[in-house]
Amino acid sequence: MKTVKHKILVLSGKGGVGKSTLSAHLAHGLAEDENTQVALLDIDICGPSVPKIMGLEGEQVHQSGSGWSPVYVEDNLGVMSVGFLLSSPDDAVIWRGPRKNGMIKQFLRDVDWGEVDYLIVDTPPGTSDEHLSVVQYLSAANIDGVVIVTTPQEVSLQDVRKEINFCHKVKLPLIGVVENMSSFVCPRCKKESQIFPPTTGGAEAMCQDLQIPLLGRVPLDPQIGKSCDKGQSFLTDAPDSPATLAYRSIIQRVRAFCHRHPSHEEEQRSTS
Amino acid sequence: MEPAASPGNLSGVRHILLVLSGKGGVGKSTLCAQLALALRHEGKKVGVLDVDLCGPSVPRMLGAQGSAVHQCDSGWVPVYMDQEQSVALMSVGFLLEKPDEALVWRGPKKNALIQQFVSDVAWGELDFLVVDTPPGTSDEHLSVVEALRSHQPLGALLVTTPQAVAVGDVRRELTFCRKTGLRVVGVVENMSGFACPHCSECTNVFSTGGGEELARHAGVPFLGSVPLDPQLARSLEEGGDFMRDFPGSPAYPALAAIARKILDAAQAPGPG
Repeated sequence: MKTVKHKILVLSGKGGVGKSTLSAHLAHGLAEDENTQVALLDIDICGPSVPKIMGLEGEQVHQSGSGWSPVYVEDNLGVMSVGFLLSSPDDAVIWRGPRKNGMIKQFLRDVDWGEVDYLIVDTPPGTSDEHLSVVQYLSAANIDGVVIVTTPQEVSLQDVRKEINFCHKVKLPLIGVVENMSSFVCPRCKKESQIFPPTTGGAEAMCQDLQIPLLGRVPLDPQIGKSCDKGQSFLTDAPDSPATLAYRSIIQRVRAFCHRHPSHEEEQRSTS
Repeated sequence: MEPAASPGNLSGVRHILLVLSGKGGVGKSTLCAQLALALRHEGKKVGVLDVDLCGPSVPRMLGAQGSAVHQCDSGWVPVYMDQEQSVALMSVGFLLEKPDEALVWRGPKKNALIQQFVSDVAWGELDFLVVDTPPGTSDEHLSVVEALRSHQPLGALLVTTPQAVAVGDVRRELTFCRKTGLRVVGVVENMSGFACPHCSECTNVFSTGGGEELARHAGVPFLGSVPLDPQLARSLEEGGDFMRDFPGSPAYPALAAIARKILDAAQAPGPG
């Protein structure tokens, strides 16, 4: 972890809001600059979606003298997931907490990331073993911040507030909230609908209430699901989509946050 | 520890159905709630046990948010949705002092509560107990399957959305069912298409076909596809009775059909 400059966690209390989608596209977006080294770590041990979304299904992990090698999508974008350790798409990881914690520890300790500018950690939903473990194991190495993902409806927000509460409890800095699946534009008549109505004001109201930045609102674009299923970057597949513009703005804000708050390692280097 | 064959508080429950998915956010809780309402409208007495400890959604969805749980001689009294006591609920949501407080528990503590939920709730006489679970294949799932084993559950209903990223996780859940000896009653595909309220054009927001394909691949019944329906989403937010109030809504026919298939499965002679 010493060779990793900025560490970003992507969390949500709620499942299915688009954490992995955002993590993958955050990675793609940051890696578009070929001088930026990006790493994506998927610690969702039961439901590892990242290999599929990154087009790396079926890839295997190799061990070398310096540890486990990540699987590279591009020269400057490496990925690690438990998905790479499973031999079949039907294999289930039916592990209780302690064994999951052990795996996460290995990922954080034994993966040879090399010199990395950004490490993005995709997490499973909830506030449990995996989250406690990643915070514990990374606490010495300082996490720059957390991006929280939600969808507009209260059923999501009520879980997300718990996640924000968790972040405060374990003293994780919050970069901000992303509201996904904000609205849907009909490809035929171009009129907007809200499939997931924000009955309590959506992420905007929650962020105002809790004084947390709203990093952006991403509309529902059917192309997103298709790109993820094909393992391609949606940013490249649909460069003019309003969803792409929203993602790019969010990526910019995350980058800016990391640069405004120098990492622990950078501070050490500047004072030595 | 409870003796293995003790009937305990589930002795009056005729059929137990677990609602599972490897994937988060596909509509497990939604389906649990709608099934409970549909079965109640068929004259059945239903219980809903919510073992999603990190993200308990069922109380809000059934309009029982903020209710308190009381004790009686035979254990905890479930929260009833109505005077007739036709729908009984138990969830960690009722035990939290502050709804925004995160339950940051590791496995053993979660297991202990789930065991209590199974053996210490005075359900009384029920036709169906529907068990809502968190996403994944971990502590909660192992605990609830073990705790329910001696009560011979009817089986599991697996929920997916159409896209490959979701199906990929649900395949692993099917393996979980096989490995733990849990019969699969069928697969439901949720969020299958959205009919634009302005022009009626149907868009496959989250791709198409994955659920049916998965059921075919696994050799289990496909119970139906439920379309995206903002009226359903709104009803869940408000804790309303969607099955009573919106029979003309796009999601209604599919949900009613699924409930009928569950009733058929419960009446058919067979394992469990």
